[in-house]
Amino acid sequence: MTLVLKNVTKQFGSHKAVDNLSLEIPESEMFGFLGGNGAGKTTTFRMILGLLDRTDGEISWNGERINYGKSHLIGYLPEERGLYPKLTVKEQLIYLGKLRGMNKSGVVKELESWLERFKVPEYMNKKVEELSKGNQQKIQFISAIIHKPKLLILDEPFSGLDPVNVEMLKEAVVDLKEKGTSIVFSSHRMEHVEELCEHLCILHKGKPVVQGSLRDIKRSFGRKNLIIRGDEDFAFLKDHPGVVSYKKYMDGCTIQIENEDVSQTIFSALQGKGFIRKFELEEPSLNDIFIEKVGASYE
Amino acid sequence: MSKFWIIMSHTYMSRIKTKSFIISTLITLLFIVAATNFQTIIDAFSDGENDQFAVIDESGELYEPLQQGIQAANEEIDVSLFDGTEEAAKDAVQDEEYQALLVLSLNENGLPEGNYYANNISDSGNQTFIQQQMQQIKVAYATQQQGVDQSTLAEISAPVTFNTEALDTSAKTDEELSQARGIVYVMLFLLYMAVITYGNMIATDVATEKSSRVMEILVSSAPPVTHMFAKIIGIALLGLTQVILFLGVGYAMIQANQDNMTGGFFSVFGLGDVSISVYIYAIVFFVLGYLLYATLAAMLGSLVSRIEDVHQLIMPMIFLIMIAFFIAIFGLNAPESELIKITSFIPFFSPMIMFLRVGMLDIPIWEVALSIGILVGTIALLAIIGARVYKGGVLMYGKSSSLKDFKKALALSKKE
Repeated sequence: MTLVLKNVTKQFGSHKAVDNLSLEIPESEMFGFLGGNGAGKTTTFRMILGLLDRTDGEISWNGERINYGKSHLIGYLPEERGLYPKLTVKEQLIYLGKLRGMNKSGVVKELESWLERFKVPEYMNKKVEELSKGNQQKIQFISAIIHKPKLLILDEPFSGLDPVNVEMLKEAVVDLKEKGTSIVFSSHRMEHVEELCEHLCILHKGKPVVQGSLRDIKRSFGRKNLIIRGDEDFAFLKDHPGVVSYKKYMDGCTIQIENEDVSQTIFSALQGKGFIRKFELEEPSLNDIFIEKVGASYE
Repeated sequence: MSKFWIIMSHTYMSRIKTKSFIISTLITLLFIVAATNFQTIIDAFSDGENDQFAVIDESGELYEPLQQGIQAANEEIDVSLFDGTEEAAKDAVQDEEYQALLVLSLNENGLPEGNYYANNISDSGNQTFIQQQMQQIKVAYATQQQGVDQSTLAEISAPVTFNTEALDTSAKTDEELSQARGIVYVMLFLLYMAVITYGNMIATDVATEKSSRVMEILVSSAPPVTHMFAKIIGIALLGLTQVILFLGVGYAMIQANQDNMTGGFFSVFGLGDVSISVYIYAIVFFVLGYLLYATLAAMLGSLVSRIEDVHQLIMPMIFLIMIAFFIAIFGLNAPESELIKITSFIPFFSPMIMFLRVGMLDIPIWEVALSIGILVGTIALLAIIGARVYKGGVLMYGKSSSLKDFKKALALSKKE
């Protein structure tokens, strides 16, 4: 089941929220969507789901348009969390589950096992408004996946959760992927995307600035990080050819370099400059790539 | 199970279980029981003793006719001659032995006069009643003085004979009109209440789903149009449940208390002999009227992002139905006026006003058909626009709630 977006554009008045976006999300893969606030992530999701009509372009899933007839195959966790505050967890999920084509007993059975897995079985008959925000989010997550969707769209799934719960949800997401669900998720937590996704796309002001597999993106980025730790002042390296940026730390510095070879010339330049405790060449992080490409400081 | 059905039954079930619904229904039922048992309740509170009035008759001839007149007209007032001075009688009134003291005398022209003494003179009912009785005696005295005999007097005061009859054979007779007025009035009132109560409920329900942000999940699982109409029908069923409950209890109570139901209200609104077609029209116009306003309410509800804003936005709709209601009330007494004729084709007024015309007058079928056609067309149009606005509106969050939002919501759902 491949999800294909072809030259998708969405225009609100004179503002282009999504500009000529083309993507291909292979079956049972996890696809990361990165971007700052207002980059067009949520708008893209809403277009995929058919909540918004696109101004231009094509979206197809397995060669077909996504419509309400397929809603039992699709799971959606919106960015703005919301459940009925006055209904109990059970009532709530029975209603939402039924709308996704399940029957009552099926919902209850699944719900029990998910609450068990998330270590909150006592919430079954509690009203949602009585739960903490993090726990409401677990319930919301269950509502997005209870019908075992083939395509799952998660808009900022881990925001507002403590690290233990983040791990719990991440495991669940990975499990779903391994059972064959294609997952698209957005985040501005680079480490989550780095950890979970094979493919990703960085959106900036509606335009895709980077896209492809994580490994290719990192490789083609070229630049590497060089970590140097020592007692000397390394400020003279700022002017060293091939150095892109220089960041001073208490006990040394971290330098971004154009390519691997530059590390060797730096290594020779450091000869006789005192005691070096650490000299390490590192792959660029997604964070570095993001900052470089989007040009804004983020996290 | 179709999604329409799921949403409809969810709307119905979750509403019917709310405390506010149960309480308001119970209060209304209580009110119905109280209203139908009005006589019994009044009887239970009155002590059963008649009001006592002391009379001092200085003329020595007025007491007798007054007492007879009072006895004949009102069984709940007892008058008796006071044996003693006026001062003693006033003391007795102050001690609340008597309700009041009435001193009767003849003036210099030989006509009756009365002085009424009571602890307070706020109970104007008895005062007026006694005054009227004395007036009659005065008329009798005055005419007697002029030499007019009793039979002439009776002839003078007898009401004029005044019969009304419609020459147009198909026009409604007086009796039919009165009955038609009854059913029209009931229908107007029901529709008015239904639009205000259930329209508000729909708008609030939609706004609740929007403000709790559950809406985005809902519209991603079911089409907004389905969602909107399932909601409208769900609330309609809820209203039907309530109305059936009220009518059922009301009917049972009326049956149980039939002896106490004397004339008045129930004979004026006697609905027995109205022709079946009027009932059918009542149902048709009621359903169409409800659908029109409910669609409007759902659309308006989808535009607000906070429940607090619902009332503000729904105000124009309430005004609309109020205007319709007042025009219709005016039309009850002037069904043939130009205003009524014109407004009976304007969609937001026609459910009430065309029904009024159908009920009260004999109008050509094409006019009714045209009015219904315009109404159905408007509902369809409003449903299309409503669904558009609804689709855009539910994804739109912001503080203000104005016409600008309406345009924005339309734009948001539009294909460019």
